[in-house]
Amino acid sequence: MVEIRFEIVELINGIKDFGLYFVHMCSRLAEGMVVSVQIFFCTLFFSLLLGLVVAFGRMSKHFIVRFPTKVFISIMRGTPLMLQLLVIYFGPWFMFGMKISSGYKMTAVLIGFAINYAAYFAEIYRAGIEAIPVGQYEAAKLLGYNKAQTFIYIVMPQVIKRIVPPVANETITLVKDTSLAYTLSVIEMFTLTKQIAAAETSMMPFVVAGIFYYIFNLVVAVTFEYIEKKLGYYR
Amino acid sequence: MYLLEMNHVRKTFEDVEVLKDISLKVKEGEVVAIIGPSGSGKSTLLRCATLLETMDGGEMIYCGEHAVHSDKDGNAIYAKPDVLKKIQTYFGLVFQNFNLFPHFSVMKNVCHAPLKVQKRDKAEVEQKARELLHKMGLEEKEKQYPFQLSGGQQQRVSIARALALNPKILFFDEPTSALDPELTGEILKVIKDLAAEHMTMVIVTHEMNFARNVADHIIFMEHGVIVEEGSPEEVFHSNNPRMQEFLGKLEK
Repeated sequence: MVEIRFEIVELINGIKDFGLYFVHMCSRLAEGMVVSVQIFFCTLFFSLLLGLVVAFGRMSKHFIVRFPTKVFISIMRGTPLMLQLLVIYFGPWFMFGMKISSGYKMTAVLIGFAINYAAYFAEIYRAGIEAIPVGQYEAAKLLGYNKAQTFIYIVMPQVIKRIVPPVANETITLVKDTSLAYTLSVIEMFTLTKQIAAAETSMMPFVVAGIFYYIFNLVVAVTFEYIEKKLGYYR
Repeated sequence: MYLLEMNHVRKTFEDVEVLKDISLKVKEGEVVAIIGPSGSGKSTLLRCATLLETMDGGEMIYCGEHAVHSDKDGNAIYAKPDVLKKIQTYFGLVFQNFNLFPHFSVMKNVCHAPLKVQKRDKAEVEQKARELLHKMGLEEKEKQYPFQLSGGQQQRVSIARALALNPKILFFDEPTSALDPELTGEILKVIKDLAAEHMTMVIVTHEMNFARNVADHIIFMEHGVIVEEGSPEEVFHSNNPRMQEFLGKLEK
């Protein structure tokens, strides 16, 4: 009896210790979590807007606009994001001899992420816009809508519905890609995780990081599912 | 004065001459039916009339205002955008495949353009929309979305949508071709009712009996030219061999 009781107490203490250690690790990683979340939201905001501009450039009637946009998208999609971050951060120094402060790190990360994701979003927008049947434009024209009105009232709402699933996909990738900011040693989630794991020779930071990214993405997925449901009132 | 006058209209797609010197006139309150085999240029003519397609030659006059005039070589010269914008308000078009806005409810499909384009008063527009939907037998469907309606109902919404803008002339591009015979009847009845109210209409159709019953003037087109035209009696009792052949095929 006594032995069993002892084991239970030990087990409870073990769980308690584990729990305390977990919470402790979370608090040490919290600063990184905040930075990762910041990178995520800033990137999402700027790339979703910039993507629209790029998409219009890609669909332009004028070769002089369309071609460079096409090249831009091709490069953004065809080279590693990690490499792009390095070029954006070190480029001004290597190419123009400009002094780079460490304060530029975060800016470089945000520029890199925003333009890279803008390229992907642009292609998603383009696919969505081109999928709208020509009859919608003709009906709008006959009803007297001008081009801007046609886009805002008729085309865009239908495009949004169509692009929610691919945008969700891209957004989930973005959550995980924020870890690439460690390339420029911005102190975000992943950078901290690696540091602490190395210093304490412990698995715990990786476990916490994994849970963090997973829950983050779960929230993203549920949010997009909700949006999709909200837009499901028509077909 | 004619509501619509098209003179010597020519249209070429790449190397194919789709319209060769077509002229037609539509008086106020008149119903004109355009019939003919597929590929005869009927729809292209309608698309030129509604400015969805640009004609290469000829002229087009709405209510005495030139949308298109021709230079001395007969080439089409379009009026300035502000003139075309005004002329655009004179006509409406009902499409073969409806082209309703799927993200708008029935009511919004009908009201949105009058409100946002014509900037009319909300109460007036909504009252007018309800009247039109009632006329189309759709008063129960106001809040529904296009995907919840049958093809015939969708087409009636699209007719209401076109009428809400108070056009002087309404074009129909094969309005029943996407519908089964039963639903076709619904639409034809609606068009007949409009004819009884002296709505000016130009209808491209394959429904011969309907054309015969409802039209004041029938135009038979083939290979981009008008082969035969006149009152229903004249056209249906025409001695033109091609006309007889076309009608004969339909009898079978």
